[in-house]
Amino acid sequence: MTAPLLEVRNLRVEFPTRRGTLVALDDVSFSIAHGEVLGVVGESGAGKSMTGAAIIGLLEPPGRIAGGQILLNGRRIDNLPYSELRKLRGREIGAIFQDPLTTLNPLYTVGQQLIETMVTHLPLNPAQARAKAIEWLELVGIPAASQRIDSYPHEFSGGMRQRVVIALALCAEPKLIVADEPTTALDVSIQAQVISLLKSLARDKGTSMMLVTHDMGVIAETADRVAVMYAGRIVEVGAVRNVVQQAAHPYSAGLMGSIPPVGRRLERLQQIDGSMPRLSAIPPGCPYNPRCPHAFDRCFVERPELMPAKDNLAACWLYAEQGVPRHA
Amino acid sequence: MFAFIISRLLQALPVMLTVALLSFAMFAYVGDPVAIMLGQDYTIAQRDQLIADLGLNQPFFVQFAKFVVNAAQGEFGLSYRLSRPVAQLIVERAPATLELALCAAILALAIGVPMGVYTGLYRNSWLSRFFLTFSLIGVSLPTFLIGILLILTFSVWLGWLPSFGRGDTVNLGWWSTGLLTWSGIKALILPSITLGLFQLTLIMRLVRAEMMEVLRTDYIKFARARGLTNRAVHFGHALKNTLVPVITITGLQLGAIIAFAIVTETVFQWPGMGLLFIQSVSVADIPVMSAYLLLIALMFVTINLIVDLLYYAVDPRLRIGRGKGAH
Ligand SMILES: Nc1ncnc2c1ncn2[C@@H]1O[C@H](COP(=O)(O)OP(=O)(O)OP(=O)(O)O)[C@@H](O)[C@H]1O
Ligand code: SF4
Ligand SMILES: [Mg+2]
Repeated sequence: MTAPLLEVRNLRVEFPTRRGTLVALDDVSFSIAHGEVLGVVGESGAGKSMTGAAIIGLLEPPGRIAGGQILLNGRRIDNLPYSELRKLRGREIGAIFQDPLTTLNPLYTVGQQLIETMVTHLPLNPAQARAKAIEWLELVGIPAASQRIDSYPHEFSGGMRQRVVIALALCAEPKLIVADEPTTALDVSIQAQVISLLKSLARDKGTSMMLVTHDMGVIAETADRVAVMYAGRIVEVGAVRNVVQQAAHPYSAGLMGSIPPVGRRLERLQQIDGSMPRLSAIPPGCPYNPRCPHAFDRCFVERPELMPAKDNLAACWLYAEQGVPRHA
Repeated sequence: MFAFIISRLLQALPVMLTVALLSFAMFAYVGDPVAIMLGQDYTIAQRDQLIADLGLNQPFFVQFAKFVVNAAQGEFGLSYRLSRPVAQLIVERAPATLELALCAAILALAIGVPMGVYTGLYRNSWLSRFFLTFSLIGVSLPTFLIGILLILTFSVWLGWLPSFGRGDTVNLGWWSTGLLTWSGIKALILPSITLGLFQLTLIMRLVRAEMMEVLRTDYIKFARARGLTNRAVHFGHALKNTLVPVITITGLQLGAIIAFAIVTETVFQWPGMGLLFIQSVSVADIPVMSAYLLLIALMFVTINLIVDLLYYAVDPRLRIGRGKGAH
C-alpha cells in the first residue's frame, strides 16, 4: 500500500478567547490518496473550512493548531516555519475559495495574477509565464484567452471569474487542491459546468482534492470518499456510495434523508431538527446526543471514536460491537 | 479622458465664482478703500473723482464682472499697505510657500505611509505602539506649539538649525529657491516638520486602518494561499488597495497644508504667502486678502482634479466604468 498524499492525524484547532479556549476541531483524522477526491459535508459551522485552513496553514489568528499532525507525502507540514509553508502553498497545495467576486484582486489583471503565481513557484521567465497563463485560461474555458488575459476581474462574469480562480489554484501544478464550496456563490445554472471542469482538470493532472460542499449531487458525482463533520469532529467517513446510500451514523443518515426516495437522486442535504451546539456548549459524551433519535445511556457519558460501522467508519456507540447496529 | 477633464473644469467654475463673489464682497464692503487711499486731507471733488476712477459708483454686477475679468488675468490692483501690484507681491512670495508645502507633504508621505504599513501589519509590536502614541501627540498638539517646541530644542538649546527666515536663496528666473543652498535647506527643516507633522500622523493612521481592512479581504487570503511572498502580498496587493483613500486624503491635505501654512509661516517668520496674508489682515489690506483667498480656492480645485486623475490611474474599475459611460 502506498502512503497517502495527505494524512491528517488527530488534528486539534483551538481559539483562545477571553472566556476560555474554544476547541474548533477535535481529533480530526483522515487521509487523501493520490488522485483521490474526498468530499466533506456537514452543517454550517461544523469545521469544514477550518480543516481546509489548517491544512494550507492559514488559520485566522488567534486560531492555532494545538495538537495532532498534518503530513504531506509523509512530511510533517503543520509545524513548518511560515516561510517554508509559504513555498508549499500554491506549489503543493492549491486552494479555491467560495466567492469568486472577492477572491481576485480587483487592481490586477488576471494575467498579472497568474504570472506572479507561476513565477513565484516555477522556473519561468515572464514571457514563458505569460504564454503558460494563456494556456491555463484556455484550459479552464475562457474564450479568446490571449485577449482576455489583460482584462481585470470585474470584466468577467462570476462563473468566468471562478474559472480564473481555478486556473490560479492549479497553475503551479499542486498535487492537492482544497476547494471550499467552489460553486456555492455561483448561479445555479453554471454550478455544474464549473464542477465538471474542476473534476476533469483534477483527473487529467492527477490532482487530489478535498472538496467541501453542501450539494449532495456534486458529492455523489465527484467524490471518491466522503467525510461527514459535526461540531468540529468527523463523525463518519467512507466510500461515497456507502455513505450516501447507507449512512451508518444517525447524523449522516439524517443529512442524507434516512429513506432516500427510490429512483430519485438526493440533491440537497436534509434538515434535521434542532441545531448544532455552539463550540462553547458541546455536550459531554457524543456531541450529537441532544438531537439523536437513537441516543442511549452510554452516549451521554462516553465520547465515541471512529469505529467500523456497516461498510464505513462512524463515531457512534450503536456500532460498538463489530460494526453491527445495536437495534437493527 | 479629455471630456472628463473638461467636465471637471466646468464643475469647478461655480466653486471659483462663489469664492470670487466672497472676495469681491470683502473688497467692496469691508473697510473703505477710498478713505485709505486718500489719506487725511481731501476735497469732496477729489473723493468723487477717485470713486469714479475706481468704478465704485457702478452697479454691483458690473463691478463684480470687472473684478472677475481682472482676477482671471491676475489683476488685483495695488496693495494698500505696500502700494505695489498684488500679483507681483504674491508671485514673489509663492515659491517660499510652495517649497515649504511640498517639503512638508513629501515628509508626511515618505514617513507616514511606511509607518502606516508597519503599524497595520504588526499591530501589537512595541514599535507600533510607540508610533501610535507618537501620532496622538502629532494630532493633539497645536501647530504653533510644535513649532515653538522645535525652535526651543533645535535653535535655542542645541543651536543646530535657524529659528526664522529662509536662509540664502537662489533665483531661477522669477522663482527663488532655498533648495540649492545649505543654509536654505537647513532653514526648511523645522518649518517642514512643523507643517507636516499633523498630516504625517493623519496619513499614518489612515494607511494603518486601510491596511487592517484590506488584510482581512478574501483576495489577500487568496494571495497568501497562492504562496506569494509576504513582500508581494503586503506591498503589492495590500498597499495598492489602500491607495485610493490615501490619495484622496493626501490630496485634500496638500490643499490644507498650503492653506494652513499661515501659522507655520508666522511662527518661523517664513516669507511666504501666509505671512503676507497675516500681515495684510492686520491692516485690512483687502486686495491682498481677496487675491490670497482666490488663489487658495484655485489650488484646492486643481488638487481635486489631480486626485480624480490619480484615481483613474490606480483603479481599473473606474477606467472601464467611465469608458462605458462615455459611449
Ligand atoms: N475567529 C474565530 N473565533 C472563534 N470561533 C471561530 C472563529 N472562526 C470560526 N469559528 C468557529 O469555528 C467553527 C467552524 O467554522 P467553519 O468556518 O470551519 O465552519 P464550516 O463547516 O466551514 O461552515 P460553513 O458551511 O458555514 O462554511 C464555527 O463554529 C465557527 O463559529
Ligand atoms: S453515539 Fe449515541 S447519540 Fe451519538 S450518534 Fe450514536 S446513538 Fe446517537
Ligand atoms: Mg465554510
